[in-house]
Amino acid sequence: MAPSARVGIAGTSAGNIRSVVNALNRLGIRAEVSNDPAVLTKATHIILPGVGEARTAMEALDRSGVSQWLREARVPFLGICLGMQLLFERSMERDTSGLGIVSGTVRRFETGTLKVPHMGWNTVAPVQPSLLLDGIAPEAFFYFVHSYYAPVTAETLARSDYGIAFASVVQRDNFYGVQFHPEKSGTAGLQLLRNFIERC
Amino acid sequence: MLTARIIPCLDVKNGRTVKGTRFVDLRDAGDPVELAARYSDEGADELVFLDISATLEERPTFLAMVERVAAAVNIPFTVGGGIGSVADVLRALDAGADKVALNSAILRTPSLLDEAAQTVGAQSIVAAIDVRQENGGWTVYTRAGTESTGRDAVAWAREAAGRGAGELLVTSMDRDGTTMGYDLPLLRAIGQAVPVPLIASGGAGRLEHLRDALRDGGADAVLAASIFHYGTFSLADVKTYLQNEGIRVRW
Repeated sequence: MAPSARVGIAGTSAGNIRSVVNALNRLGIRAEVSNDPAVLTKATHIILPGVGEARTAMEALDRSGVSQWLREARVPFLGICLGMQLLFERSMERDTSGLGIVSGTVRRFETGTLKVPHMGWNTVAPVQPSLLLDGIAPEAFFYFVHSYYAPVTAETLARSDYGIAFASVVQRDNFYGVQFHPEKSGTAGLQLLRNFIERC
Repeated sequence: MLTARIIPCLDVKNGRTVKGTRFVDLRDAGDPVELAARYSDEGADELVFLDISATLEERPTFLAMVERVAAAVNIPFTVGGGIGSVADVLRALDAGADKVALNSAILRTPSLLDEAAQTVGAQSIVAAIDVRQENGGWTVYTRAGTESTGRDAVAWAREAAGRGAGELLVTSMDRDGTTMGYDLPLLRAIGQAVPVPLIASGGAGRLEHLRDALRDGGADAVLAASIFHYGTFSLADVKTYLQNEGIRVRW
């Protein structure tokens, strides 16, 4: 374990942020939740869990100054679920401008034959080698809950399928994003979090 | 591809599981946290905890249990029973639950669903619907199944999803505890009416019942209590059977 790791979790301590803290604690990693850039700046790693809805979440990041700070962060960053979607240029969820770190537009799953949200355990298939997925089986299951999805592009590290192929893991430089919830994905999820802290 | 979810359900009263369990080697068979960890290790895809405590005084005990479950288990879990306000929803999520099931309160005040979904997101809100077959249709019951609302179950399911429930937990009271199988026509009727995931509940007794709910009932997940608690089947039994029947499961 990396005892020197100090994870900053961007956000307020509401909702499922608790789950991320719990998962890190199980790995013996300290984590601090804050929406103050001055606090986050002391972290060795940043996680953006992102709960709720894109516009509201983005506005909160803008208000606190975290979005401006994040764009220039040089430490390893992991966006989870909505936190990953906010890395993109744009989300069709209330037509929201994202952080613009990863290129592409996040769109809603078409309802029809599909149930939306996409909720449950799905496989994650790597399309590029990555430290984040190191030691995780090529078709490992992770837990997803989302109604919007990111496109498969050159910045996609792994993809999943739900009626359409979508990006389930993305990377641009030090910025990683996962559409699923590693904090809720059993041993594979813990391995991914460990990789993020120790390898990324 | 998305897999079918197998969900053991634990009834909790005053911080203890109420029904007996097959786990005789557990240090304390009544401890829901220990049981949750066991089910999670055995391959449960999610867990549901229903607080059947009768009084408000017992509520803090339940929340303390939720916190302990969240620290012990890293698969998703839903909590329900006596959730009456957005403040209750927030307390449960802050304690570490992933989803909150609402039942009587949203029948009394349907706008609570809109409010809850707007506050925490539809993905964390489950509408639990208790149903009895009546006069050739299905009627929604409230207050732990003791009181008829007179409402049609399919219409209420549609309204609940429209107001922001991200998932429906549909229990057939006619089948609950009978081990006769889920009410498939009910599941089909609701599944065709709503675009959100559907959890089938009430009646599981044999492996075929789980298959039928997923394959013929169109459910996305199956909830069961006694078959797991009494050791009729393990989660591995269920998943092996379903896989052999052509239903995708997580290993």
